[in-house]
Amino acid sequence: MESAQRLDHNGELTLLEFPFIIRWREDRCSRCGRCTAVCPTRAIEPSVMAQRLVYSDGNNSLPATIRRVSQVVRQVNDIARHCVGCATCSLVCPNMAIMPEYNPNHKFLFHKNQGGIPYARGGRRNDATTSTLDKLKFTRISMITTPSLDAGRHEFHLRTLMGRNLPPEALPLELADGLLRPRAGGVIPPVREIFPIRIGGMSIGALSPPMWEGLAMGVAYLNEVENIPVVMCSGEGGLPPRLLRSRYLKYFIPQIASGYFGWDEIIHALPEMIEDPAAIEIKYGQGAKPGDGGLLMAYKVLKLIAKIRGVPMYVDLASPPTHQTKYSIEEAVTKMIQSVSMAWGFRVPVYPKIAGTKTALAVLNNLTRNPYAAALTIDGEDGATGAAYHVSLDKMGHPIASNLRDCYLALVKQGKQNELPLFAAGGVGKEANLAANAAALILLGASGVDIGRYIMQAAAECYGDERNRCNLCNLGRCPRGITTQDPRLYRRLDADRVAERVVDVFKTAEIELKKVFAPMGRSTQLPIGMSDGLGVADPAIAERLQISYVC
Amino acid sequence: MCRLSAISSTEYSSVMEAIIALDTMKEGHDGSGLGVTLKDLGGEFANLKKYPIFSGICTDAGRRKLDDYMEHRGFAVKFKWEPKITEGPGINVSRRGHYLATVYQYPDAYRDRPQADKEELLLGAHQDLRRCGADDESIYAFSLWPDVITLKEVGDPLEVGRFFGFEEKPLTARVVLAQGRQSTNYAIQLYACHPFFLQGYCTMTNGENTAFVPNRHFLTSRGFIGYTGYDSDSEIFCHTLHYVHHQLGYPLPYYKDVATPLKDCEFAARPDGAVLGLLKRSLRQLCIDGPNCSIGFLPDGAVFLFQDSKKLRPGIVGGGPGKYGLMSEECGLEQLLPRRQRQSDIIPMRYDLVIISPGAQEVKVWNQRNGSITTVN
Repeated sequence: MESAQRLDHNGELTLLEFPFIIRWREDRCSRCGRCTAVCPTRAIEPSVMAQRLVYSDGNNSLPATIRRVSQVVRQVNDIARHCVGCATCSLVCPNMAIMPEYNPNHKFLFHKNQGGIPYARGGRRNDATTSTLDKLKFTRISMITTPSLDAGRHEFHLRTLMGRNLPPEALPLELADGLLRPRAGGVIPPVREIFPIRIGGMSIGALSPPMWEGLAMGVAYLNEVENIPVVMCSGEGGLPPRLLRSRYLKYFIPQIASGYFGWDEIIHALPEMIEDPAAIEIKYGQGAKPGDGGLLMAYKVLKLIAKIRGVPMYVDLASPPTHQTKYSIEEAVTKMIQSVSMAWGFRVPVYPKIAGTKTALAVLNNLTRNPYAAALTIDGEDGATGAAYHVSLDKMGHPIASNLRDCYLALVKQGKQNELPLFAAGGVGKEANLAANAAALILLGASGVDIGRYIMQAAAECYGDERNRCNLCNLGRCPRGITTQDPRLYRRLDADRVAERVVDVFKTAEIELKKVFAPMGRSTQLPIGMSDGLGVADPAIAERLQISYVC
Repeated sequence: MCRLSAISSTEYSSVMEAIIALDTMKEGHDGSGLGVTLKDLGGEFANLKKYPIFSGICTDAGRRKLDDYMEHRGFAVKFKWEPKITEGPGINVSRRGHYLATVYQYPDAYRDRPQADKEELLLGAHQDLRRCGADDESIYAFSLWPDVITLKEVGDPLEVGRFFGFEEKPLTARVVLAQGRQSTNYAIQLYACHPFFLQGYCTMTNGENTAFVPNRHFLTSRGFIGYTGYDSDSEIFCHTLHYVHHQLGYPLPYYKDVATPLKDCEFAARPDGAVLGLLKRSLRQLCIDGPNCSIGFLPDGAVFLFQDSKKLRPGIVGGGPGKYGLMSEECGLEQLLPRRQRQSDIIPMRYDLVIISPGAQEVKVWNQRNGSITTVN
């Protein structure tokens, strides 16, 4: 037996502690080195291995031994360089010789706090179970009582309203000669008619230039060519100066958040804007990391980002968890909405975005009394982020379904369900069922939904999943080139291809939404709050959401 | 599918005419019920037009509750009417209780009060009666309004008409609305039976209203006590009409603009196009999503018919000055007015709102697309 001293590897981990284990096939490997070159975490490295071979050949059957040194690809057991399972190595391997394999028995989180630094990452909550949204079914199918509509040929109006809808009693109208006409001096808040699926806030900085550009091009194409009025939120970090001064600004929603990054540039561009933006989003919270501010780590703050945001290069850009200049909800929400509305002459809808929370109703109640509030976006716990502590991502937050439903029913109680549109976010399309998730939320009461990670996965082949695959967005080492400012990485991403896929996604979603709404007989207006169309095989969910239990 | 039969006439028409017309449309309904609402009543009611009439069904216990309640509120009975119930072979209708149309004198305190106060009183009393008879089904309160009677019962419409004794002694009125079959998708019960009545407004509708739940949520959250019930998705039509015409004060055509709004690109052709987008947005949740054909009347006695773009088989309006029929099927009109000028029949399309003026001397078609009004005869 060996002495204990020689086996004492205190502080070292076996590969079984790691979430992904590299399966490397020596017999297939040509030692080209591509895999080790592309690995974003340097989890694999070229190495050598001393081998002792026993063999016999010729007429002499006595075995002989030889020693040889062979070149291998080795997975390192350094927790700082753990394999994230992205599989870029497999992508580049010409011989299918390498593949990471998920290790369900890993002990990764026991060890990923070296140096007293908690584990931070990108992505969304690591929960691969079926979400509530994906449990909902559309059970009200018209067939005999009313013929189903033909999804392919009937005319559908799949549009929603973003902005404060005045109640009919407050419309500035007057009756003359039997006809209604606008009353002079009446004020009507700005309302935009948009496609009910928006691209949620992802900043330039968090996203690479080709990713953001690809999204923006796709959005412009959808509006101008496909007549699908998709709008996109900038995230906190401003917009490209040329876009601010272009006619395409009307398809974008600049976001203002607690760091105010990018707003110097936006404010200075105001006099030169030839179009108003679609809306302004004031971010108070994010579903992925409620109570936490935005974070752009220093190695993503390169020249372009520094210029747009008006900050020095290579500094961590941490937004505070709340707007520091404000004190109470009245100031934080009411006055801020009013101030931002004023900046655009009250021509642009201004609305807040909050993280899904038990206190959402308090915000909502405040908004219903604020005539300048154009909507409310609620971001549930399954939303994603570019950077957050793992504990915030995994353990903080509120599911979107019940939060949205509570808010909608609270509005119904007040009779304001049409006045203040609710937008739902956080996990829409988590399991790739974008249209179904969006339709379910609409039937629960949402006027529309936001997507973020879904569009990264669908349009740019983001590797991330809910088993913590990849999720390197925070480190600037995105192997797809989506969330990095490193030109060597983002050159992997073709903005035109991203734009094409964005168009594919929304065209598909439009068709699928029709396929959901047509059998329900709905085509004239979006079926917001048509909860009788939903059923679920879980009685607790049915009771909580006030929908049918079906089994 | 429900079948709809309405008459607007200068002279009093028998309710049985509308029921027989309904019977000709029998292929299209399953005989699961009949509802009739009569306005501008003739016969024994002709001289009682300003007095509120309670119409409904009561058990013995319900009748006592009704009498106690009305007496307590200060209403005095002025005239009592009950149908001559006919039972026997060929009439498969179960008698539920007392079928009543009782005319009341307003409480003394209300006799000289403004009309709005009286309307509020009647609505409140109607709601109270409906509520107090709901649990034990001792009272079905269909309407409590001057010069209006509503009766409903489950069964084949013609048999129900005979059951009420209408063949021998029919109720008569200048406006008669009759509907066969009950609500789509919801349980068969009397409150689900059309026509629906609220403060002088009445509608009956065929087809499924797929936007029922958002419509209902919007109405019930208006804070108006009359927006209740909704045992049928079609009750929406009556209450939306009431909301648009009575509460908001918009002329009747805007009811169609709310229920079946134009596409945005069509607004410009209307002289009032500037406001249509505002109405569409603010009243988005009252948009019905069809397919529906709806017939109704207003407090002034105007009778109308409209439908949405998904209604593949249109309703029909025909007749001439003095008597018009509004039907969901042509055969019903053929039965009612076989000698009418058929070339003057109106088969309304998606943009049309047909309005028979009070007194049944004129029929107009309002075109939603351009706002024009065509007077047909």
